[in-house]
Amino acid sequence: DYDLIIIGGGSGGLACSKEAAALGKKVMVLDYVVPTPLGTSWGLGGTCVNVGCIPKKLMHQAALLGQALQDSRKYGWQYDEQVKHNWEIMVEAIQNYIGSLNWGYRVSLREKSVTYLNSYGEFIEPHKIKATNRKGQVTYHTAETFVLATGERPRYLGIPGDKEYCITSDDLFSLPYCPGKTLVVGASYVALECAGFLAGLGLDVTVMVRSILLRGFDQEMAEKIGAHMETHGVKFIRKFVPVQASTPGRLKVTAKSTEGPEIFEEEYNTVLIAIGRDACTRNIGLETIGVKINEKNGKVPVNDEEQTNVPYVYAIGDILDGKLELTPVAIQAGKLLARRLYGGSSTKCDYVNVPTTVFTPLEYGCCGLAEERAVEEYGKQNLEVYQSLFWPLEWTVPGRDNNTCYAKIICSKHDNNRVIGFHVLGPNAGEVTQGFAAAIKCGLTKELLDETIGIHPTCAEVFTTMDITKSSGQDITQRGC
Amino acid sequence: GKNEYDLLVIGGGSGGLACAKEAAQFGRKVAVLDYVEPSPQGTKWGLGGTCVNVGCIPKKLMHQAALLGSALKDAQHYGWNIAQPVHHSWSVMAEGVQNYVKSLNWGHRVQLQDKKVKYFNMKGSFSGPHTVRGLTKAGKETIVTAENIVIATGGRPKYPTHIAGALEYGITSDDLFWLKESPGKTSLLNGLFLYVSLESAGFLTGIGLDTTVMMRSIPLRGFDQQMASLVTEHMESYGTKFLKRCFPIKVEKLESNRLQVTWKNTDLGTEETDSFDTVMWAVGRAPDTETLNLETVGVKTNSETGKIIVDASEATSVPHIYAVGDITEGRPELTPTAIAAGKLLAQRLFGKSSELMDYDNVPTTVFTPLEYGCVGLSEEVAVQCFGSDNIEVYHAYYKPLEFTVAERDATQCYIKMVCLRERGQRILGLHFIGPNAGEVIQGFALGIKCGATYPQLMKTIGIHPTCAEEITKLHITKRSGLDATVTGC
Repeated sequence: DYDLIIIGGGSGGLACSKEAAALGKKVMVLDYVVPTPLGTSWGLGGTCVNVGCIPKKLMHQAALLGQALQDSRKYGWQYDEQVKHNWEIMVEAIQNYIGSLNWGYRVSLREKSVTYLNSYGEFIEPHKIKATNRKGQVTYHTAETFVLATGERPRYLGIPGDKEYCITSDDLFSLPYCPGKTLVVGASYVALECAGFLAGLGLDVTVMVRSILLRGFDQEMAEKIGAHMETHGVKFIRKFVPVQASTPGRLKVTAKSTEGPEIFEEEYNTVLIAIGRDACTRNIGLETIGVKINEKNGKVPVNDEEQTNVPYVYAIGDILDGKLELTPVAIQAGKLLARRLYGGSSTKCDYVNVPTTVFTPLEYGCCGLAEERAVEEYGKQNLEVYQSLFWPLEWTVPGRDNNTCYAKIICSKHDNNRVIGFHVLGPNAGEVTQGFAAAIKCGLTKELLDETIGIHPTCAEVFTTMDITKSSGQDITQRGC
Repeated sequence: GKNEYDLLVIGGGSGGLACAKEAAQFGRKVAVLDYVEPSPQGTKWGLGGTCVNVGCIPKKLMHQAALLGSALKDAQHYGWNIAQPVHHSWSVMAEGVQNYVKSLNWGHRVQLQDKKVKYFNMKGSFSGPHTVRGLTKAGKETIVTAENIVIATGGRPKYPTHIAGALEYGITSDDLFWLKESPGKTSLLNGLFLYVSLESAGFLTGIGLDTTVMMRSIPLRGFDQQMASLVTEHMESYGTKFLKRCFPIKVEKLESNRLQVTWKNTDLGTEETDSFDTVMWAVGRAPDTETLNLETVGVKTNSETGKIIVDASEATSVPHIYAVGDITEGRPELTPTAIAAGKLLAQRLFGKSSELMDYDNVPTTVFTPLEYGCVGLSEEVAVQCFGSDNIEVYHAYYKPLEFTVAERDATQCYIKMVCLRERGQRILGLHFIGPNAGEVIQGFALGIKCGATYPQLMKTIGIHPTCAEEITKLHITKRSGLDATVTGC
């Protein structure tokens, strides 16, 4: 019936569908949200819009505004000492905005003549899927080409009480009541970002970590993020794993040490599990048509044109094996795929040097290699690492954290001191990092950095005057202007 | 006889101090003279120059105070309940800002000491090719001789002395940041352009003061005009009053101690008046060369601007005398360029380097309530240089995510990229209006230094959700006439 059927109406799926429709193809998108164990569900748009980037950044902003309120007094603003945060007002405002996005997507698909089904899709035979809606009504559809863009959902711990009493990020952003005293289990960026903004809103937050923070990220930066969160009131329990959660209302969590017989017990209002996400590939009939998945993680291996082992089935977004789980990557991949399939293009998605930002209270932006990876790939003697601490001007008057914000670039000595790793810890890290990512795509070298004039006064300008190398052993503590 | 110093720097501002400290790194004997002639209103300050004392630093801090005022309003939408009324205290803010500036003055003195640079708090003037006479406030004289001399005396705000009452009753940016009490209802009289008046008017409005900007012609002369009008449009909706195509005739003091300003409205051909608590002039800055005695040694200046003429190596018409910073003709009046020029000069003089300063593609940001950052050519200049057929302008109106819940108006949040149509579509200029414009533009300025092209930018993946990512998604051209509003995620 269709040229293209896309299973999954998230960042990747929608981008692909709209691009294909613009190229004149008959396109269908299926999107269906299986409710969480607690019953939470949401509309069209996928993870980013509903339970990811968007609500996350808005809650992060709410927390930052709390900090701004404190700063404002030092800048002369005067008002009653008593300032409290109302969770319900914030959630309502955020959910209203998300609702407008869901609506916007539906209108957008309609305008582009993309058929949208709010149904669960699964393959029943080659080129054919079965679509089941919320009421259980079933329809069947065929297409020449299929794209899998079903994304992921949070993983649970597999301990007694986890599904009954604990929540995940799927539930947090629309929680109708304030989470109160919260235990966040996990050390992923999801865990740290959530713990960060919950603490910023004034809640009592503890993070339980099995081993390291932000696995996969530059560990020096990860530790700095954790240290900053600790000085700002987030408690960390390291090297423990929860073994049981019981009693709704006030939750009792029992945890054991990973290194010995120690037991830990504490009560919380909310337990947020953020230990990772699993690909939604197990129950969509992939075995029926022979699409191979990585059994370990459920993800789908593809070639550099996003094609699976079954020629007419492609995959994009978070479900890809070995690729980055980021909205802009999914969107780019989706668009380019549609152009290759129907627009005569041969441009492939470039997954190299993709910039990203972790929106913890102290934001972390990066592009390129983590220092450990660079050392592994190039060898320590072939690298020069420049570093600098900096104090954002806006933090001076309120007397906030000096010698906390940090900038680091990793250069390849044998390649003209080319910048192969960019890392910044500070306010507006995303805004700062974006332009540098473009420069890195253009082959940025240390010399070019030195030749570029800084914009004054900003945080970003620190990168244009970085003189101190790690190898010199010099102190980077800031003392004055 | 032998000169006492290897290098004497006249002027302890951004350029002067950078040059002095760099020269000292090479083991040279360096001295710095810095002196602040009090403003007509009597304001003075310590070591560090314009940027630290009456420029970038206090400006950005007061801008931040204003931004925090907006943050307070936003916060309520995000669930923070703040009891009304909310007031702003100028004196609390000014004290915080002034204390920080003083710590910088102190920091500079310590740094000079650490680097063994001799510092004289004296006003310098030439009495011979290698001789400078330094005069303290008390009138005590010291003669300093040096092999090389760098003039870095910067500029000071101009007064329109032909306007009655301008000098007696008006203040300038030199005074604004040091006021102990609120300026109250303020009028900023802006004869020409200037980011100074818009930035000041912006933060004064933001902290709740009744502010009016009077301008004779166009705002932000020299900047991209489309961007300039978006910036002023935003300020108007933000609450700043504008009296366009008006120019002041006189300023008088009233019995109430308020100031009455009379001006000519060139559109209507009428004369109008209003009273203000403060009148601030922002009609431009003049180079501080008068008392230097440059004629004695033959250092040539530009007859129109009064600025010192230098070549690509910052050398004046006299071989061993150099100049850096705002005082030099044809250079951008920016702190980072002065610092870079000062450092490179020292490296060439004493460090055997031959690297010259590159003044191309210098990025800058105007810190108005809605900030404007840019690098490279304005659209007008690009059209002038290449012809409108040979350039492609990509643009977008976007909405910062944080504005959504805050219910803030994003009408003027706009991005524009000017590219060549051929030669790989090299980017000639990038313009961004929105929050944190400086942070956004900095990295892209680097890209432009690398010769970035439009296709390269399109290959760069965006960071989500940010404002900066919108730059990597630009695809609507002005030529197409299509709606440039960014829709959806």
